[in-house]
Amino acid sequence: MKSNIRDIGDTRIIELGGKITIGSGDVKIRELISQAIEDDKKDILFDLGGVTAIDSSGIGEMVACYTTVTKRGGQLKLMHLSPKINDILQVTQLITVFDVFDDEREALGSF
Amino acid sequence: MNSSAKLQASLVLASRFENIEVAERALVDLCHRACCAEDEEYWLVTALREAVANAVRHGNRRDPERLVRVAYVIDNSTITIRVEDEGDGFDPADIPDPTDPENLLRPSGRGIFYMRQFMNRVDFSPTATGGTVVVMVKDLASNDNDRPGA
Repeated sequence: MKSNIRDIGDTRIIELGGKITIGSGDVKIRELISQAIEDDKKDILFDLGGVTAIDSSGIGEMVACYTTVTKRGGQLKLMHLSPKINDILQVTQLITVFDVFDDEREALGSF
Repeated sequence: MNSSAKLQASLVLASRFENIEVAERALVDLCHRACCAEDEEYWLVTALREAVANAVRHGNRRDPERLVRVAYVIDNSTITIRVEDEGDGFDPADIPDPTDPENLLRPSGRGIFYMRQFMNRVDFSPTATGGTVVVMVKDLASNDNDRPGA
């Protein structure tokens, strides 16, 4: 899994690419959230535009990150979901948990 | 898909997460030979990865000495995938519904749900040695010409 970090104001944008799957990508996003917390970034925007697959471990880790960020008084939101990643969020009902955006400016304005 | 020929493959894998990729590559190869639609292949791979991940993590508890056996058959426009571990068995009825609102924020427990979503049938049974075998079946669409290079 690839990742890139950008900070816009108080929000950390974490761009993810490739597979978020068991044993690699799931661990990586946990580390990225820990790093954001260390850097005192409360609000997180995951850009999933480059993500090709996400398995149940990857989804579970995203849920764990959501809980971690929320408990610290921040927000975790998603943008640029591919149709397949959107399908997965729909069937798991997690679309009701995460705020999802197509437009970065709109996403940043929502925090 | 090309329904004229029976296609099959089998693998015996050590219980390592890296071997999920090996299982995936074998399935993708079969799907290409069967001219499966790309979307169909994507969801088959998704279900397979969950089954193998469960066998490695929950069944064999990541003990590389314990093996995961994977068998694939495509016949009469139906794919059957069988994944067997050498673990201690489990009852799938014990897994709570991950879409229940009280479970939505649980970080685990979605693997079997994934498999059931993307396959037509998913059956678990114990092996003779106490492990678990999961058999997943999906009817494939007729898509002889909808894949680039098919």
